[in-house]
Amino acid sequence: MTTAGLLFMLISVGAVTSLLTWCLVKVLSAKKPPEHLAHVEPVEAKDLDRR
Amino acid sequence: MTTKQPDGWSSKLGVIMAVAGSAVGLGNFLRFPGLVADKETGGGAFLIAYFISLLIVGLPICWVEWTLGRFGGTQGFNSSPGIFHAIVRKPWGKYVGLLGFIIPVGVYFYYVVIESWCLGYAWNSFGGGLDLGKDPAAYAAAFAGFTGQQADGAILALGKPFCFFLGVFILNFIIIYRGISRGIEFVCKWGMPVLIVIALVLLARVMTLGTPDPAKPELSVWNGLGYMWNPHDIGKGLSNPAVWLKAAAQVFFTLSVGFGVIITYASYLKKQDDVVLSGLTATAANEFCEVGLGGLITVPAAFAFLGASAVAGGTFALGFNVLPQIFAGMPFGHLFGGLFFSLLFIAAVTSSLSMLQPGIAFLEEGLGLDRRGSVALLGLITAVGCTLVVYFSADLKALGTVDFWIGDIGIFLQGTLLIYIFNFAFGTERGWEEAHQGSELRIPKAYKFVLRWVSPAFLTAIFLMFVLKNVAGWNLSFAAPAFTPTDPILDLIGGPGHPASGVARLTAFFLLLFAAFAALLIHRAGKRWDAR
Repeated sequence: MTTAGLLFMLISVGAVTSLLTWCLVKVLSAKKPPEHLAHVEPVEAKDLDRR
Repeated sequence: MTTKQPDGWSSKLGVIMAVAGSAVGLGNFLRFPGLVADKETGGGAFLIAYFISLLIVGLPICWVEWTLGRFGGTQGFNSSPGIFHAIVRKPWGKYVGLLGFIIPVGVYFYYVVIESWCLGYAWNSFGGGLDLGKDPAAYAAAFAGFTGQQADGAILALGKPFCFFLGVFILNFIIIYRGISRGIEFVCKWGMPVLIVIALVLLARVMTLGTPDPAKPELSVWNGLGYMWNPHDIGKGLSNPAVWLKAAAQVFFTLSVGFGVIITYASYLKKQDDVVLSGLTATAANEFCEVGLGGLITVPAAFAFLGASAVAGGTFALGFNVLPQIFAGMPFGHLFGGLFFSLLFIAAVTSSLSMLQPGIAFLEEGLGLDRRGSVALLGLITAVGCTLVVYFSADLKALGTVDFWIGDIGIFLQGTLLIYIFNFAFGTERGWEEAHQGSELRIPKAYKFVLRWVSPAFLTAIFLMFVLKNVAGWNLSFAAPAFTPTDPILDLIGGPGHPASGVARLTAFFLLLFAAFAALLIHRAGKRWDAR
């Protein structure tokens, strides 16, 4: 492998690995939303016809 | 009085894993490495074009799908036809979502068949049944036999391959019947980490292969990495339209954009749930699997054992002919081979589930079916489509025909429509604000310009090039253009030395019928939605 090939590989693999790591840290450290996601949320029965 | 909504994601990580699971598939581990390693259109130029395409088409359309999906969900719709009905607010709007129903379901017709090959190969590999010696022809013959390529209907006479297909088909519907959080999310939350661990184990094995045959010192992992990553002539490559076409198409297909999947998955989010960071994370997870894992495993291993000639042969040849031969030649090869095909199987399961959910969502909200009814009807539709693909297995003609018209042309068309609807029906400014509702990350402002002008222009150009090359048979030369009809076209209309294929015609007719049936269902669904 040439030096340029090594650089291409390291930059490409390093970039996607760093991006994923950064994203996962942001996701896992984000504040939880005030309400749970949709499926367990109680809703008024009268609102159901709007869905 | 309170009750519970029917279904949805139970965690943010769950939906991210599900979208990433939908995107990560065979293409990450087999197609992408082959494209990078291509001597004509690969190398550094391909990688530069790939990352540029990712930034100006892949990521923006991904955000568009997440945004429109969540918006549609807040309007009470989970399917593409329903979401476009809510966005466009005109009688024709719901038909824009037609492709969002027929693409994932149509791709499922053949994807589940390939998925069953992966399971069958994993099973055979763990059991030592894939060690066929050093003759490459033996592996090609085994693959042709397993997939029934000798004659139409061959697979029905073979016990094991058909059982694998049936088992995988039923397994998918059992999981999808369990719903979003207990089915799809559960499988993806476990499946994706397991997939990455398996890939890391395989990566460690490949990186420690060294020079498998000391008599051939040029065949080493190091040289295999060089074969794949050495940049070649970047300037010449970037001026070649074929490089851009291949790079943009790979980005498009690998991210599952324009598929009707992300828009459906995102519709189960709430208004204040983040979509920007979630979309970026799912994209990053897919790219990690593609570039960081897929780019380091298959091609270097194939090169180290068999040399450059083994790498050029296409996705199926690399995965099912070349790699079994490589695993057979390494210590504990049946174990590593089994792990590799298990990895492909997990990647395929998480993708195939995502192809069923858009159909389920439409049948539930469009026809008012409950989960049992929608699973039964979709099971019937896909059973008919899969039977066509499984039965007409000679030369994989039916599979290839569905893949071309639905999996290639359809996805490009839907993605292009999506970006135009976002900009001109929904509104770029409104979409920008909608995307940032509850967002934990700001999209750089420059992206507003990219979304409005660059992505549509680039995607339109690439789509036109794709059609000109793959339908009209353009030689991709501006200086001396020539057009020769391609095989999928000749299969339908025939030509000198290439008689029309009855199977291809039948398959195309079936796809037209399927599209007409879907349009009828959407028409009926529209009446139901208008009456709300």
